[in-house]
Amino acid sequence: MKQRTLMRGNEVIAEAAIRAGCQCYFAYPITPQAELLERLADRMPELGRTFVQAESEIGAINMIYGAASVGVRAMTSSSSPGISLKQEGISYIAGANLPAVIVNIMRGGPGLGDIAPAQADYFQATKGGGHGDYHMIVLAPATVPEAGGLTMLAFELADRYRTPVMLLADGMLGQMMEPVRLPPPIDPQTLPKKKWATTGAKGREPNIIRSFDLDPEVLKEMNLELQRKYREVEKNEIRHEEYETDDAEIVIAAYGTVARIAKTVVTMARAKGIRLGLFRPITVWPFPKQPLKTLAERVETILTVEMSAGQMWEDVQLAVCERAATPFYGELGGVVPTPRGILAEVKKYAG
Amino acid sequence: MPVDIENMEKVFERPRSLTDAKFTYCPGCHHGILTRIIAQTIDELGIVERTVGIAPVGCAVFAYRWYHCDAIQASHGRGSAVATGVKRADPNLIVFSYQGDGDFASIGTAESIHAANRGENITIIFVNNQVYGMTGGEMAPTSLIGQRTTTTPKGRDPKLLGYPIRFSEMIAQLDGPVYVTRQSLYDIKRITQATKAIKKAFSYQVEGKGYSLVEVLANCPTNWRMSPEESNKHIAEVVSKVFPLGDLVDRG
Repeated sequence: MKQRTLMRGNEVIAEAAIRAGCQCYFAYPITPQAELLERLADRMPELGRTFVQAESEIGAINMIYGAASVGVRAMTSSSSPGISLKQEGISYIAGANLPAVIVNIMRGGPGLGDIAPAQADYFQATKGGGHGDYHMIVLAPATVPEAGGLTMLAFELADRYRTPVMLLADGMLGQMMEPVRLPPPIDPQTLPKKKWATTGAKGREPNIIRSFDLDPEVLKEMNLELQRKYREVEKNEIRHEEYETDDAEIVIAAYGTVARIAKTVVTMARAKGIRLGLFRPITVWPFPKQPLKTLAERVETILTVEMSAGQMWEDVQLAVCERAATPFYGELGGVVPTPRGILAEVKKYAG
Repeated sequence: MPVDIENMEKVFERPRSLTDAKFTYCPGCHHGILTRIIAQTIDELGIVERTVGIAPVGCAVFAYRWYHCDAIQASHGRGSAVATGVKRADPNLIVFSYQGDGDFASIGTAESIHAANRGENITIIFVNNQVYGMTGGEMAPTSLIGQRTTTTPKGRDPKLLGYPIRFSEMIAQLDGPVYVTRQSLYDIKRITQATKAIKKAFSYQVEGKGYSLVEVLANCPTNWRMSPEESNKHIAEVVSKVFPLGDLVDRG
């Protein structure tokens, strides 16, 4: 697709998944990600691929577990309360070293919350979420085109590291429309065969997919293997963006929708003579600790702005480690911060 | 007359699909018989190279060890959803999910019913022994009224804890399934019948006919606090009165 098309975030993620060679999609309806499900309900069957509207989020994530075991690219999507239900399955997928893509179009919480954009699932996404010592790679787009690109990347990283990868966006990105140029499609048949997959034990020993062993020494080794993988991911896959940070005195640390708003704030602040920059993690796990630490050496203040009560803020504080001041500004419950509101916060620390 | 050892005919042997891994089941438990029947079925249908077994959580958690086929260990109750994912990803695979009563008919109720209702072309082996065997003999959804378990020390009181759930009857009233049957293993005749039922269930899948469920009334001598012989008698005289044996649906 050479021309740019005006598309909604949820639809772009759906189309990007198809282009990434996603062969199985299982999900349950929830706002504000329903367009993703609806689009794939239409598109997957016409491509001869699998779409199943599952009986529940738990059903959907376990269908992913099954499909991923067979070695195909598989995806599920949901929004905050539904992602909570998927946690058991995500833990099993991580424990069994299966590649899978999980999309979370975050909304206000806790509990039923509301259907407005929020970023309050950061802890759940980056610190484990389910039981056991595991991580997901978590990618956080800030624009609709980036949501498409990171969806493609999510499948690639999931396969490369045999791990669940989460695309962590919010209701704003899911619902917003932007002009998008979609990347060229990958033919699933050209993807490398997965030797570990349960494709039928023909001419080889049986393949077993499991996260289980009753011998603590064996389970310890399985855990250490996971940890070695996470260190590799930390070494190779950290992604972030810095905007106008070269001469900055103050830097906003923000991801996703808030980072996009913060870019506008940078322009507004600079017009007023405030040397403001933006630090935007693209991988929120692994968190770009080292680049932020380096930046903290030469700026006065790193203001974390989130649509939460301060979740990424903890990672910012750990990375900065008092090299700079680390104040926080958050909006809660689905309220999206305005450029003017963020600028007012910035002014508190300027000069 | 001297015995001709060289030319003796072998009339009974380990199914080729069965591994030599040692069972983790208690002495006298029906799981062993059932596992062998499944392996024999896989042999007879010649499908070991394209079969994927789904192991549950419970006494059969090690079911991924017993067969020379690919296998997946699923989370508690989700076997039917995992089997759905496998089958949809590759319809040429033969997929069976082996689940106990707690797994299939309690924590996995939603997954179990909806896979059946979608008519997924999979085979479920549902082991009903009316007790949570592995965790120490607690009440199952299928425990009989008055049955003493470690969580019903005075016997299951239906006013407080409900009734033994006839899950296969629930599945049988759906339009999706092709074959739903309840079998048992308490004597040779029943073992023969169960073997035929399991072969039919797998055959239907091979033929692309759709969803099949074989419930098997099994014993649990350890947690029932009975000898294996007493446990067989208990199934024949008591359990099969609550859970009647036979085909519930056969649309094959």
